[in-house]
Amino acid sequence: MNLTGSSDLVLSGISKQFAGHRAVHQLDLTVPQGEFFALLGPSGCGKTTTLRMVAGLEEPTAGTISLGDQDITGLRPYKRPVNTVFQNYALFPHLDIFENVAFGLRRRGIKEVRQKVGEMLDLVELGAYGKRKPTQLSGGQQQRVALARALINRPQVLLLDEPLGALDLKLRRQMQIELKRIQTEVGITFVHVTHDQEEAMTMADTIAVMNAGVIEQLGSPAELYDLPATTFVANFLGQSNLVRATILGQADGSVVVDVHGGKITVPVPRCRVTEGDVWMGIRPEKVFLAPAGSEEEAGSNVLRSAVVTDVSYIGVSTQYLAKLPWGQELTVFEQNTGARAALKVGDSVDLHWQPSHTFVLDAAQDALAGVEDIADDAG
Amino acid sequence: MTRVGRWIGRHLILFAGLLVLLYLFAPIFVVMLMSFNEPKSKLSYTFDGFTWENWQHPCRPSGLCEAVSVSLRIGLVATVIATALGTLMAFAMVRRRFRGRSATNLFIFLPMASPEIVLGSSLLALFVSSGFGGRLGFWTILIAHVMFCLSFVVVTVKARLTGMDSRLEQAAMDLYANEWQTFWRITFPLVFPGILAAALLSFSLSFDDFIITNLNAGTTVTFPMFVWGSAQRDIPPQINVIGTAMFLLALVLVLGGELARRRRNARVR
Repeated sequence: MNLTGSSDLVLSGISKQFAGHRAVHQLDLTVPQGEFFALLGPSGCGKTTTLRMVAGLEEPTAGTISLGDQDITGLRPYKRPVNTVFQNYALFPHLDIFENVAFGLRRRGIKEVRQKVGEMLDLVELGAYGKRKPTQLSGGQQQRVALARALINRPQVLLLDEPLGALDLKLRRQMQIELKRIQTEVGITFVHVTHDQEEAMTMADTIAVMNAGVIEQLGSPAELYDLPATTFVANFLGQSNLVRATILGQADGSVVVDVHGGKITVPVPRCRVTEGDVWMGIRPEKVFLAPAGSEEEAGSNVLRSAVVTDVSYIGVSTQYLAKLPWGQELTVFEQNTGARAALKVGDSVDLHWQPSHTFVLDAAQDALAGVEDIADDAG
Repeated sequence: MTRVGRWIGRHLILFAGLLVLLYLFAPIFVVMLMSFNEPKSKLSYTFDGFTWENWQHPCRPSGLCEAVSVSLRIGLVATVIATALGTLMAFAMVRRRFRGRSATNLFIFLPMASPEIVLGSSLLALFVSSGFGGRLGFWTILIAHVMFCLSFVVVTVKARLTGMDSRLEQAAMDLYANEWQTFWRITFPLVFPGILAAALLSFSLSFDDFIITNLNAGTTVTFPMFVWGSAQRDIPPQINVIGTAMFLLALVLVLGGELARRRRNARVR
């Protein structure tokens, strides 16, 4: 294994053109060594194509891929110090579990196959299953075999293509924690492709949100969630309320925004644009609902005269829809702390939140970008 | 009475199945029986008496064993050539995008769809017009057999190959197997059942063929031609011996394969 820290995975100017369709466009990406990196996006956004180009299973139309000092753009897949956990695992059906896991070692002529495979199967808790065939294992077990088969080669980069997609929810949660544990243990760079934002947030150190062949935003899960750079990220990663607004000017390091007659303030660093028409964004759980006319905390942003139109009790929280005077409904999540009585449909309310939770995006973007994609992929 | 009625009702499908099996196997049973026949006259179609004589001297009728040998040799060589060529064709047609691929896909069905008598006579015309007129025999039969077996091989192997997930090969390449190793370790073992089925099919088609062979054989006599020829004059019971032996051989092969498969599955459980 490389311990010099110089084996970062670097993609520069990577494009992939399929017949009449641009899958990846001018992608620049650096994945630091040892990081758990997630490529997140809806199906067809180019994330799997990007992964396959790193694996060598797809040839980039333009650009270079390098690993440390080595340019691997033109290398055959079997010459790259990179292994893949395939979607649906691609276990060899005619070989037993032991031989599946041993495959990479045998191809490279490595000794002590028996001992190494044994250790690896123990790591994924399948020590007793070596003699079985892949079809005799459950989905979760097959997933772990696929992981063991790739990890045993100690690659510099492990690529995971929707590795948990075929598992049920409970098992997926369990495997998320397991994957994160194994990654920390072996210290190999993981590049994880997924359309599941929760999965990406749970495991990854850094997430690159991809849409239509380009990276929309890159950062830690908290950074992306707290301050999305585009409407797509705002909607794809969690939920956002986006309200049409106009910037009036700046004062004391904040931008003053007119929202249908109400004035709210946003710190300048949280604004993507600082003049003209914008989207004013706020996450549903950052908003407090208060009975109309009650006193708000000094300095809060307020939108007044809303009416509760829907109340969904979810147990841990309650989800409200509040209709504003101009007809738009905003979503508000409130923890069921029991501190006050729940609101009812028809109640008049004011919406309060901290200026430092507000974000401002370019109005040229589609306010619904990234919304339907979640629904499409959920099945 | 009702109990009997219900019992019959419940087993009706079984009876129907047994009847169909009986229908299928009755001719084979007759062949087996007649292989032990001791015919009173040369043109006897009745079972006149039991004897081991035919099994002890299967080669007694002149030309029979020579014909069987010709058929076996043609069958084996045609199978090897057709299977090899057809497998390569199937790979090309499933894995490669080339000009005329869909046309080839269509044309490959033509030999299967055309009446044998048409294929046979046009082949004869081809051979004669290209100067093989006086030299019809082993080689012309072989060429003809490879021709009609090829389509079946391509179709059989193609079906197997299409059903194979190409990600398995990608996974092998990802795990340090080069193209050669990927083919022999992953692709070939997974496609092999299809290739084997194609080879068995080729052999039985070749061994069995009469119409095309008869037109292109010249003076060479294959087993089906020998049977046809002797049916005009007399039926030596040894023909039934050969028929029974071929049937038993096929049966042993099928049962053996099934047993091996079951043992393999039992071991991994």
